[in-house]
Amino acid sequence: MNGNEYRVKPGPEGLLPPAAACCGVVLSEKGQGLVEGALKSENDTLRVMARELLTRQNPTIFPGPLVLWAWREGVADKAASVLELAHEIPGVRIIPMPDYRPIYPKIDPEAVINPCHPNLTIWHNKIEVCVFIGVHCHFANITLKMIRAGTNCYTITLCHEAGHEDSMASLPFADANQVRALTETIRQLKREGLRPRYADTPGILLTAAQEALSQGLVWQPAPVAQ
Amino acid sequence: MALRTLQVSPGFMRFMPKEYQDLVEKGPFGRKLKLSDLGTYKELLEEHPMCEGCAMAFFIRLALTALPAPEHTVIVGTAGCGRLSLSQAAIPFVYGNYCDTNGVATGIKRGLALRFPDQPKDVVVIAGDGGLSDIGFSQVMHGWFRQEKFTTVMLDNEVYGNTGGQESGMTKRGEVVKMAPIGKQFEKIDMIGLAKTAGVAYIARLTPTNPSRIISTIRKAVLIAREVGPTYVQAYTSCNIEYSIPPEKVLEDARQVEKERYGFLEIISDEAKAFLAAQDAAHRE
Ligand SMILES: Cc1ncc(C[n+]2csc(CCOP(=O)(O)OP(=O)(O)O)c2C)c(N)n1
Ligand code: SF4
Repeated sequence: MNGNEYRVKPGPEGLLPPAAACCGVVLSEKGQGLVEGALKSENDTLRVMARELLTRQNPTIFPGPLVLWAWREGVADKAASVLELAHEIPGVRIIPMPDYRPIYPKIDPEAVINPCHPNLTIWHNKIEVCVFIGVHCHFANITLKMIRAGTNCYTITLCHEAGHEDSMASLPFADANQVRALTETIRQLKREGLRPRYADTPGILLTAAQEALSQGLVWQPAPVAQ
Repeated sequence: MALRTLQVSPGFMRFMPKEYQDLVEKGPFGRKLKLSDLGTYKELLEEHPMCEGCAMAFFIRLALTALPAPEHTVIVGTAGCGRLSLSQAAIPFVYGNYCDTNGVATGIKRGLALRFPDQPKDVVVIAGDGGLSDIGFSQVMHGWFRQEKFTTVMLDNEVYGNTGGQESGMTKRGEVVKMAPIGKQFEKIDMIGLAKTAGVAYIARLTPTNPSRIISTIRKAVLIAREVGPTYVQAYTSCNIEYSIPPEKVLEDARQVEKERYGFLEIISDEAKAFLAAQDAAHRE
């Protein structure tokens, strides 16, 4: 621990959860990670992330613009490492956050996650564990707090910069090597006998919106139940 | 933003929402498109939460269509109805405080010029009449006097639409709006005259009655701002809600206002005229 007892646990924490930083949670250094607010070694952090991803409901990767758009050297490799990671998590979905512009009057929660209302995507898809990667820190922070406020999702961040106190597990300075280290840890846990929750559903699942799109169909989100 | 930022990383296209797939495959970026191409490509703005039939939303759609290089453009906006759709368009949008759009635009324009000396970047302020003629007034004027090279587009609905109908400096004298019950006590501010005094290189006033005129006006304003100096477009965009105009009567209202008092006006400096003539000549070759 950091000498304080505040734990960054999955929510729902209520409308305005305190920023973990205000509760004494400090960011980790390179080679370390944060798990629920406590400093851990990188290795221990990766093991926690791997376990949560393999055992919780509807694991989902949320790649942000810094992964989705091949805007400079190195992005394609990092993107490839994210796909490798996805292939090791049975039943995983990939729902993008391609940019941060607001989407009103209505988002399609099976097509996109948006920092103005990320909880909608989490709720609709009943996601209980997710990984954010390639989201600019400012928007990641807002998103993480909203998710912690309103959902029970376990949030994991692979951050290119200093990491995120408001996610349940966070690794700072994460490039493609760290992503591949997480993939390797997942393989290791499986070798150690951990049976993934969706072991019978290998591969990446497409959401209904992605499925329809890949077949050239127009898909409409289901109407909200009255 | 540049075209390179529009390449999806290998393997991720199938996870991208349809809108983004369309933007990459059939968006307006890096292409020279005309008004008649509307409907054949993916526009920068489609869905938005502005009121049904709002003339301002219609004008914004056309103004975005007119941008000569959307992949090299930054829009600056602020509080007010217009930003509801501008912030959703597929183009970088910076939200200035309600008063400092033109100061913010100045910094962005100068910063981009330093960062990208070989690549012209267009900065376009699009904000309401309250944002530009009232609270942002001094920054608009100073930007013009400093001859900052960006475009200012006023969405002139002659009222504070977004906050329920207070009068603005651009409301007509005598007009009673919902939160100005005794009627406006002074004349509509002559922003066109002020722009002239400040030496704005291209000044235009128009209504949304003629789509091709909107396109050509905005395009001229952006190109002249890139090369010559500040430009100003004042567009009557009405407000169905505050002026109780039924959506189906919005264009009728615009035609009437154009005929009775708004007209179409262009004031072009000699330098800007020479620039446009050179552009035309280059185009014909
Ligand atoms: C500094 C500041 N003062 C006041 C407001 C409240 N406010 C938000 S929108 C608005 C009026 C917008 O009117 P206008 O600029 O004419 O745009 P419209 O909504 O009519 O398009 C006001 C006063 C604010 N956001 N910031
Ligand atoms: S309040 Fe008026 S200006 Fe604002 S979106 Fe509605 S009609 Fe348009």
